[in-house]
Amino acid sequence: MVLQEATIEGMVKDLPLPSDVKQTLISDSVKASVNKKQMEEIIEKLLETYDKSCVEPCEAVGVISAQSIGEPGTQMTMRTFHYAGVAEINVTLGLPRLIEIVDARKRPSTPMMTVHLDNEYLEDREFANKIAWMIEATHVEHLADVTTDLSNMQLVIDLNEKAMNKREVGIESVMEKLEHGLGVSVVQASEVSNQLLIKLKEPSYRELLQLAKKINTITLKGIDGIKRVVVRKEDGEYRLYTEGSELKKVLEIDGIDPTRTSTNNIGEIYEVFGIEAARNAIIKEATDTLREQGLEVDVRHIMLVADIMSCDGEVKQIGRHGISGEKASVFARAAFEVTVNHLLDAGLRGEVDELSGVTENIIVGQPIKLGTGDVHLVSRNPLQG
Amino acid sequence: MVISMDNTIPSIPQRIGAIRFGLLSPREIRKMSVTSIITADTYDDDGYPIDMGLMDLRLGVIDPGLRCKTCGGRAGECPGHFGHIELVAPVLHVGFNKVIRKILRSTCRNCSHLLLEDKQKKAYLNQFAKLDVMSHLPDDLINNVFKEARKTKICPYCGEEQLEIKFEKPSDYIENDYKLTPTEIRDRLEHIPDDDLKVMGMDPVSARPEWMVLTVLAVPPVTVRPSITLESGQRSEDDLTHKLVDIIRINQRFQENRDAGAPQLIIEDLWELLQYHLTTFFDNEVSGVPPARHRSGRPLKTLTQRLKGKEGRFRGSLSGKRVNFSARTVVSPDPNLSINEVGVPYAIARQMTIPVRVISRNLEMMRAYVARGGETHPGANYVFREDGRRLKITEANKEELAEKLEPGWTVERQMQDGDIVLFNRQPSLHKMSIMAHKVKVLPNKTFKLNPSVCPPYNADFDGDEMNMHVLQTEESRAEASILMQVQENILSPRFGGPIIGGIHDHISGMFLLTRNEKMISKNDALELLRKSEVRELPEPAGYNDAGDPFWTGKQIFSQILPNDLNLEFKANVCFKCDVCKGRDCEYDSYVVVENGELVAGTIDEKAIGAFKGKILDSIVKRYGSTEAAQFVDDMTRLAIRGVMRTGLSFGISDEDIPREARLNIDEELERAENEVAELIQAYEAKELEPLPGRTLAETIELKIMQSLGKARDHAGTIAGNHLGLENSAVIMAKSGARGSMLNLTQMAACVGQQAVRGERIRRGYEGRTLPHFDRGDLGADAHGFVKSSYKSGLNPTEYFFHAVGGREGLVDTAVRTSQSGYLQRRLVNALQDLEVQYDRSVRETRGVIVQFKYGEDGIDSTKSDYNSKDTVHNIVSSVTGKEVK
Repeated sequence: MVLQEATIEGMVKDLPLPSDVKQTLISDSVKASVNKKQMEEIIEKLLETYDKSCVEPCEAVGVISAQSIGEPGTQMTMRTFHYAGVAEINVTLGLPRLIEIVDARKRPSTPMMTVHLDNEYLEDREFANKIAWMIEATHVEHLADVTTDLSNMQLVIDLNEKAMNKREVGIESVMEKLEHGLGVSVVQASEVSNQLLIKLKEPSYRELLQLAKKINTITLKGIDGIKRVVVRKEDGEYRLYTEGSELKKVLEIDGIDPTRTSTNNIGEIYEVFGIEAARNAIIKEATDTLREQGLEVDVRHIMLVADIMSCDGEVKQIGRHGISGEKASVFARAAFEVTVNHLLDAGLRGEVDELSGVTENIIVGQPIKLGTGDVHLVSRNPLQG
Repeated sequence: MVISMDNTIPSIPQRIGAIRFGLLSPREIRKMSVTSIITADTYDDDGYPIDMGLMDLRLGVIDPGLRCKTCGGRAGECPGHFGHIELVAPVLHVGFNKVIRKILRSTCRNCSHLLLEDKQKKAYLNQFAKLDVMSHLPDDLINNVFKEARKTKICPYCGEEQLEIKFEKPSDYIENDYKLTPTEIRDRLEHIPDDDLKVMGMDPVSARPEWMVLTVLAVPPVTVRPSITLESGQRSEDDLTHKLVDIIRINQRFQENRDAGAPQLIIEDLWELLQYHLTTFFDNEVSGVPPARHRSGRPLKTLTQRLKGKEGRFRGSLSGKRVNFSARTVVSPDPNLSINEVGVPYAIARQMTIPVRVISRNLEMMRAYVARGGETHPGANYVFREDGRRLKITEANKEELAEKLEPGWTVERQMQDGDIVLFNRQPSLHKMSIMAHKVKVLPNKTFKLNPSVCPPYNADFDGDEMNMHVLQTEESRAEASILMQVQENILSPRFGGPIIGGIHDHISGMFLLTRNEKMISKNDALELLRKSEVRELPEPAGYNDAGDPFWTGKQIFSQILPNDLNLEFKANVCFKCDVCKGRDCEYDSYVVVENGELVAGTIDEKAIGAFKGKILDSIVKRYGSTEAAQFVDDMTRLAIRGVMRTGLSFGISDEDIPREARLNIDEELERAENEVAELIQAYEAKELEPLPGRTLAETIELKIMQSLGKARDHAGTIAGNHLGLENSAVIMAKSGARGSMLNLTQMAACVGQQAVRGERIRRGYEGRTLPHFDRGDLGADAHGFVKSSYKSGLNPTEYFFHAVGGREGLVDTAVRTSQSGYLQRRLVNALQDLEVQYDRSVRETRGVIVQFKYGEDGIDSTKSDYNSKDTVHNIVSSVTGKEVK
């Protein structure tokens, strides 16, 4: 009697197997139209092989993961910059990037976003460009030539109509943004079209020069901090790559696909999406960095690093200011870095070192509670029964 | 457990449960002190320690012959005892300056209460309790308490107005232009109530704040600061002793001056000086304090310096220790050894010993060892009597000791074939950097190892040295042979593939054997397989004109494969045709193994190489490590014989390319140069269209780089077309043994663009790289394009640019090793306490859960193949008999 798919699913559902194995098992069993007895045999065999492939208890997986990520570090290049995928945007790669990831920096040295568009606009070049202009920060320098007219004590802004049309910026919005941002009154020149004049209330040479500098910091359109946006067609759809990262603001824009849009700034992902997303981002970034260098590292190792970085609910650095600095053991902290301060503080607080970790026990000369040191064998003397 | 009356069973080492930290109170210091130290002198004229001096015999002994007056122990037995110095006036402890400052600022100057409302204090205490439950460190919270308390300007308890306290380096506290003396500071600290201390994160039992201001100084035992006797018979004291001498001198002078009623100014000066000496006694690298120096000008190494840094007590002597029973020498290859073996020179084997307990059943054997003595190889160097006394075996007493030997004694016998040792090469970056080998005692002076174990150690034989450690206990030997032996580490947990496998000659040898050898006579076939276990040849592949049978290289290789191995994959030589013809591959680069028989394809790096070897990978995973070790042994021996049969040599003439190819290459390079010239022209005429987001200058650089890169590639292809698979360099490159086609084309055709930071070389003189070129020249040769090949030789400017490019590589390597070393250290430190529990969750040793199931599926990366989709397919089809793929 051939089993129904639902019955198979019911049999498989509660097995202690990884989900992708279960999926394959279900589809295979359906394809092979198994009967009950066969199914039971399959399950038994599968459980056996699964058991065989599991890690052994007491395995020091932490050290193995650390070594598996650290060892290829010696083979990585130091080239800081590389044009990854997009020729126009520089990204940090190789060892410096890996260090950046485990350092849990608030901002990476080269923040970058990949913006995907909503399904309906996937092949819409116009729309992609429109979004690009909405994201890229537009400053006065992009639209106009600014000259300081000292004789009249005013700033003359000659707007470039072509650039303004390209970026879809109206003259009124420029005026408004400038007035708002600088706190001055902006007037349109009467004789020349597309010319704006900024006059100071009280003529001051110094303030005029300062104003000329400050005017370039005003964002007229787009998102502050995004220097450049590149539109590329990949895999049959238009994608936007940005130099600079402002995930939160980009996600608010209509027409982008928030489920696929992402950034390489882990700190930002943590703020916007939370710790689970940050953990996945660490895994993704580290895997990509290693893969780009042609180094094969099992994901489980990277997962473990990501997990210990994020298991407290916030992204913690691997090192003095993070995990190593927050260890429970005084000795473990002292043996890592800033030895004396840790000892003095421990004295002050009357701390107790429970000697549970590895370093502490090595320091006091005891077997460590890890691996074979975690197992106790007691032999019974056969003569004494 | 029954302990025999004579106490011969060595006591089980007691376990230290926990260690509590705290500050030493003056009472405690006096209590643990064996004597007060009052004289600054150390030894009298006879060289005998002066009573109540710094080398007082009650503080412990370092000179042989003397006995400690406190415990009666001799030098080496006595651990040393503390003394103390009564300070005339209190002095601040440098290490606590930061804390003292914070406490002074956040407590009342009148009543010493913490400047917080009772309600706030209670709230903070609750938070402390919460952090404690989560076993988090309270650092941030403590800082918050201080920050909050500092804001209060009027004491809520006594109404006293608080004044600003300024801290001046190194240890001055100034309250409204009045400098607080340590006595006043100590007074304030003394009056802080215990309950308030808890709010500041301190434990009043183990650390009262006033103890941070010293009134008594503990004098470390002599054993901590041993003096050394120089050859001249002169004594040279330890840095700490020097510092203590200074302290005692000033302390005395201070006392005398104060007793004599010296003016305040002098007293203050002396007080400062005492503070200085104590400061440098604790830490000689405090910013703002000139370091105390030795007469020679060398800064003294005081307490902090002893603990700190890589060579300090913590990292240098406690986390890592020097060991006995170890040896180090140069390594050299020996393909005839098994991967599990290591060749140990006689000279080392004679020195390295293994303790063997004598029992009635091995008595005679041990007698023989002892009787041979230390000179004849497997002999014994020492015996331990039952009472634990060690006796050296000499030529004179060996017979006598052998006679006396009885059960209960321990013999330190010399290392011999089959013993398990640990073998290691630094840097020990992963667990495969220390593996267990079986000893094979060999002549000569170097360690020998099978070249296929080079990849895990990252060793080569250009002078590398490696270390060997001899295991001393039964448990360690068992553990090492089960977990650490080379064969157990064939698979790397990093990527779950083999890290031990064929390298260099193994690969080219197998390549030659399985690709070109089609007519192997019986004699030769047996010769090739001589070193393996194979004793019978299969059916011959055919008979030659004379009627003699012959075999193919593929057949010979099949002999060392397990009988039921089935595999199919693309070899490294694969030409990556658009449509793969599979097993009908015309280049013989699709490997097919059926039932342990190599049916088609060439064996190369993809099959047997370290990191990539597919055959190797499936043998370890399907047949286990013993089988795999056997395969690697057989394979390496066969490969070496294979490569010797054909021969593989490489000379300068292998880089020769025909004249017309040379002309083609020159033409190609000229074309590229013209292209570059055109680009420059367009650039100068401002006709060049910039790439999006790039400036014009960047654009032209990119374009030039592009066309020059293309030119080099073309030159390479032209040269490559003339270098076929009969060329040994091509064989090595294509089989993956060593080198690449790029290396070869650089030698034969054109070296190509030299780069610094991924750009053409631009630095140098103003506007030009070298005075040989015009200013502003953007041309190929002016920015490091090397047209010549290594064989034809580089012209002077090319040579210079090549050196520039090469230098970058060297700097890169130097920087990278230190950076990745630190990364490794941090990673290991952060993750070392993680362990898989019996429920397959990953927890820190103190119990914090990091992963609920290791790697989300609980699977070991080296065994992940047992859990792949293919396994499911195989099981389903084996049970049902139906194909499901």
